[in-house]
Amino acid sequence: MPGAIYAEGLVKTFGNVRALDGVDLDVPEGTVLGLLGPNGAGKTTAVRCLTTLLRPDSGKAVVAGIDVLRNPNEVRRSIGLSGQFAAVDEYLTGRENLHMVGQLYQMRAKQAKARAVELLEQFNLTEAADRTTKTYSGGMRRRLDLAAALVVSPPVMFMDEPTTGLDPRNRQQLWEVIKQLVSGGTTLLLTTQYLEEADHLAHDICVVDHGKVIARGTSDQLKARTGGERVEVVVQEREHIATAGEVLRGFGKGETTVEEHTRRLTVPVTGGAKLLAEVIRELDTRGIGIDDIGLRRPTLDDVFLSLTGHLAEQRDEESGESGESGENGKNGKNAENGGTAATKGQKRKKEDAK
Amino acid sequence: MSAVTDTARAVVPGGSFGQSVRDSLVVAKRNLIRMTRIPEMVLFGIIQPVMFVVLFTYVFGGSMQIGDSTDPGVYKDFLMAGIFAQTVTFATAGSAAGIADDMQKGLVDRFRSLPMARGAVLTGRTVADLVQTSITLLVLAAVALIVGWRTGSAAPSNAGEILAGFGLLLLLGYAFTWIGALIGLSVRTPEAATSGGLIWLFPVTFVSNAFVDSSQMTPWLRHIAEWNPFSATVQACRELFGNPGVVQSDAWPMQHPVWASVIWSVLIIAVFRTLAVRKYRQADG
Repeated sequence: MPGAIYAEGLVKTFGNVRALDGVDLDVPEGTVLGLLGPNGAGKTTAVRCLTTLLRPDSGKAVVAGIDVLRNPNEVRRSIGLSGQFAAVDEYLTGRENLHMVGQLYQMRAKQAKARAVELLEQFNLTEAADRTTKTYSGGMRRRLDLAAALVVSPPVMFMDEPTTGLDPRNRQQLWEVIKQLVSGGTTLLLTTQYLEEADHLAHDICVVDHGKVIARGTSDQLKARTGGERVEVVVQEREHIATAGEVLRGFGKGETTVEEHTRRLTVPVTGGAKLLAEVIRELDTRGIGIDDIGLRRPTLDDVFLSLTGHLAEQRDEESGESGESGENGKNGKNAENGGTAATKGQKRKKEDAK
Repeated sequence: MSAVTDTARAVVPGGSFGQSVRDSLVVAKRNLIRMTRIPEMVLFGIIQPVMFVVLFTYVFGGSMQIGDSTDPGVYKDFLMAGIFAQTVTFATAGSAAGIADDMQKGLVDRFRSLPMARGAVLTGRTVADLVQTSITLLVLAAVALIVGWRTGSAAPSNAGEILAGFGLLLLLGYAFTWIGALIGLSVRTPEAATSGGLIWLFPVTFVSNAFVDSSQMTPWLRHIAEWNPFSATVQACRELFGNPGVVQSDAWPMQHPVWASVIWSVLIIAVFRTLAVRKYRQADG
């Protein structure tokens, strides 16, 4: 039986850009799927196809048991969408926004009003309820946008990059809200370019690049594909690097890498925490001062890099790119942008390899 | 999960026409609330035509010939129907900008993902714009009276005819907001929508009988002016208001201006509403 969100062979082209190139998805009821990929990978296009905003060229999509292409209006009754923008009317108050959305979900005016009060309470917006949302902070607008998507407590939710452009504190807060929501049994499809976010929120992850799903599995399964754990040491004194290297070679299962300028040494290991304790004792015995030491498991960043040959997002470009929320707008154009980002990423990887 | 079933029960029963009206009113209400929050937009919408009234009356008034008369007082009475008609059509730019803004801010996406009537977002917008146009027209008529405009100055007129004239003006304005809706859905930014909604209105409103006596134009231009949908409403208003400058012409719309005005407006609504709603449904963002 197909899950609450099911897609088979979704294809969507814009001009000569294949934004979706045969995407299959299957999200079991009550779980969270993270759609992970860089800008222009096709995440937004996938969400737009599943939420009836865009008609795919070919393929099949079923949401909450309803065929998306045949009965789009039925699907709309069962879904909530929180897009890349905080899509709330800035000249309406928070309360008016929720009331309007409730009525457009075909609730009676009175119920829509009552539901607005409930949601404002739940999302900690009661105090700001009667201010126009123009005066809200970015985080508050996002919360209101999410509340608007939840007006009818839809069984299936879609969130397109819900935390893009938020500061870390607001991001944390929104994560908590999302976790709460999911614990109530809602099925959620979430797109993100933050690997940490997918790791944090999603049961299953689909890695998307150039309109294709290039890997899927749980966060742990994906990490396992990239390789095992490593011990990472930062020594206090530069002259200790050589000795520390010898120690690590004794414990390691592979080549030790050394970064001279940061005094960081890394070696692949098996044996986990017990082995880490041994490494610490040995370094201590030899009188090597340690600034930092730890057992490092591969992050989704590593996973992404090994799968695609480029990083999901260049950290130093983050501020610049999060401001550009254009994927929603002009998909075709952005797919090209994604292409250039990919080339940049590949260059980066070569530099890293040196 | 009881909340889910509760809200499901609170849902209004379907019924497509009733739903369409209800949804349109919800959206219209939202746009009217916005108007009260941005009063300066309404204010600028009023100031501009008032400026036109004053400028045309006092700057052009002395050098215009209407029929055989060069009396500025006659031009004043001639002018107002033209300015009124131009004012209602300028609402097009507001509709276009409003819809383009909703597209850009992602609100159209939100609306399109809701189980609401398909045309309601656009209908709600055009209805709210009609309210704004009515307010503008009311203020403008008052200003016109202050500067000396009088109905029945060239031919007899009564209250019913005057109201019918304003009715035709509002119908024309409503029709033009649907053109604006289509423009708003077709451009990328509200700024583009504002200029895109406005520039073509200058030839449309000036190659007409609105500001000058079209019977004095070169024949080919006169022909265009007399068949211009906009001219029909102006001519109809002059007739209904009993104002001077009613064009004597063989062109059908000039001979039956009231009918021509209604037909043109209904035709524009039928064509542009269809196109705009189709565009809205397909809006790929």
